[in-house]
Amino acid sequence: MYIDPHVHMVSRTTDDYQRMALAGCVAITEPAFWAGYDRSSPQGFFDYFRQLTDFEPKRAAQYGIRHHTWLCINPKEAEDPVFAKEVIKLIPQFLKCENVLGIGEIGLNKNSRNELEILDAHLSLAAEHNLLVLVHTPHLEDKLKGTKLIMDAIRNHARLDPSRVLIDHVEEHTVRHVLDRGFWAGMTLYPDTKCTPQRAVDIFEMHGTERLWINSAGDWGQSDPLAVPKAQIEMKSRGHTLESVRKVSFENPLQFLSQSGRFRIA
Amino acid sequence: MPGPTPPPISKRAVVDRYFLEHRAKVIDIAAFLDRVDRAQAAAGEADAQDFRVKALEACCRVLLDGKPDRARRVLELLSDHSTEPIAKASTKGATGATHV
Repeated sequence: MYIDPHVHMVSRTTDDYQRMALAGCVAITEPAFWAGYDRSSPQGFFDYFRQLTDFEPKRAAQYGIRHHTWLCINPKEAEDPVFAKEVIKLIPQFLKCENVLGIGEIGLNKNSRNELEILDAHLSLAAEHNLLVLVHTPHLEDKLKGTKLIMDAIRNHARLDPSRVLIDHVEEHTVRHVLDRGFWAGMTLYPDTKCTPQRAVDIFEMHGTERLWINSAGDWGQSDPLAVPKAQIEMKSRGHTLESVRKVSFENPLQFLSQSGRFRIA
Repeated sequence: MPGPTPPPISKRAVVDRYFLEHRAKVIDIAAFLDRVDRAQAAAGEADAQDFRVKALEACCRVLLDGKPDRARRVLELLSDHSTEPIAKASTKGATGATHV
């Protein structure tokens, strides 16, 4: 049994839902993200938020998987602050939807001033509504700098408790920074650009299993919606206990997400 | 596993399990560097070594320095260490390396 706490199912097929269910997935959370192209209007986001809060939960339920979501405009579309703020204005009306857990995946992409401005607007919204926050950290060479800028930005919001913020896509050079500042951390199991299942298990061995989870971040690019069960196999094959495997792939996401008061397993 | 813990399997078992996979990856890196050497610069393209290839070679030196935390140090070597936000993002993508 496992939870995939970060997967973009709007980009995946129904067959993927079936394979995830067969592998033991009981619940997922789906952050709003970049579609691979910039939307031409805020209305495009309105329709996307409807898909995340209405259609996708029904599709997941066909396979006994409970679907949850996070809403935002992704940092890749935050370079136009006027446009981004129009999108942010749409979010409050969706917060009453029962599968919305919080604001995410917000953060930075290229570590620009405009991205920081929109990150701050999202953080204000989360603080105002006392919501959980799921943070995207930048890719590749931009990750270390971006992770530090993001943590500083969050610290400027005194009402946001770090224990209610998960900073995702950590790797060996950022995981300690995140955990030492009291945040939760997520490892994304992703070909080429993030963690392999082997490296994720190495990180558990080096940093322990507290406040740390794994996810597939399966999306429209090269990715693997079965990455979490593959990491479970990696842990078991190294001789880690079933208790440890369950903690990182089920108990930890359950503990963090339950703070929303809305997270349910099937 | 509340805190740091070594792999439950032995050092020999780690090598037995992962050696062939990483043997293949080292050969991939060697073949990639050979491929870059064999390729011709396009018209107008600088013939100087690409900063990404230089960064990869610097990473290889980290692998051989005998010190721990190689993965963290390689990632730091490939990272932007500036601290101020940039004025404006001109692209969405990342190259994977910085000038070293």
